[in-house]
Amino acid sequence: MTVHASWYLTLAAVLFTIGAVGLLVRRNVLVMFMCVELMLNAANLTFVTFARELNDIGGQVAVFFVLVVAAAEVVVGLGIIVAIFRRKVGATADDAHILKG
Amino acid sequence: MSTAGLLSPGLLAAATIPDALTFAIAAVICVAGALGVVVMRNPVHSALSLVMTLFGIAVLFVEQDADFLAAVQVIVYTGAIVVLFLFVIMLLGVDRKEKVMSDTFKGQRVFAGLLGLMVLAEVILLARSRWTTGASSASGPLQTSSSNVATLGKALFTTYLIPFEVTSALLVVAVVGAVVLARRPSSPAGTTYDAEPDSVGSSEAPVPHDSMDETTTGPVESDSVESDPIAGDDTLEVSIR
Repeated sequence: MTVHASWYLTLAAVLFTIGAVGLLVRRNVLVMFMCVELMLNAANLTFVTFARELNDIGGQVAVFFVLVVAAAEVVVGLGIIVAIFRRKVGATADDAHILKG
Repeated sequence: MSTAGLLSPGLLAAATIPDALTFAIAAVICVAGALGVVVMRNPVHSALSLVMTLFGIAVLFVEQDADFLAAVQVIVYTGAIVVLFLFVIMLLGVDRKEKVMSDTFKGQRVFAGLLGLMVLAEVILLARSRWTTGASSASGPLQTSSSNVATLGKALFTTYLIPFEVTSALLVVAVVGAVVLARRPSSPAGTTYDAEPDSVGSSEAPVPHDSMDETTTGPVESDSVESDPIAGDDTLEVSIR
């Protein structure tokens, strides 16, 4: 018998919280982005856990789509970050106010 | 599912020893890596900690009969996404320690910690409460006689065929967007990395005339920015506004 699903859900909750707090605390845009990935992975873990618990392949299909969206998001997000850093070397999240017109 | 005392040690002991050990080790790796992402000052170290977490999650995927997703997790996440992160870190030369560690507004850390505790309590509460309502989805059972890859592929190419096709459009849009964003401005003045006012002024909303004067008298200031980026922050700010 495998480990009970509530343990997986609790671990996912912990990972999600660490990611959320990191997103709020850190100033470096790249690290904030990694924290978003952390939160996405916590959600993925929840999906897979429920797929096993409910005996339903739909959870794993959802993870597949999350992976695709995460890849697209990373590509566009890093493009934006590169564009910002090109304008201002060593920029932090606070410098993104240059985006306003 | 009535779940009083779900997290009691008895439930972990109910699992077989290899399963429990695998989960425990992978969980420790995941949490350690996640903490590393947040705590490390150097972005390269953060990225490597992220790899650690992703591997731990891949192990947990295998543990939960998601073989294909575990492989994809390793190949796509650690093989492509984190490498992309590292490329950007190296490209931009930001692999140095974060120098601004002061709060922008007072008590941001405390506020973030409180918010994190609230989120944690809420999500754990949800994890322990009643989980499911309604019927299961139309995509079929997870446990079949065929392999995990076959089951997932069948669901993906029958029930979820249209979403699957839409993701291809999403990927194309993402690639085009990345190319547009990363392309250098084509004006001859826009070949340098500093904030050249003319290269952005064309697409911006009209700015007040006095600040326009400041930006047009900018070349001397932007020179000082190039020579000393840290001291030039203020002048750069002015020329951008």
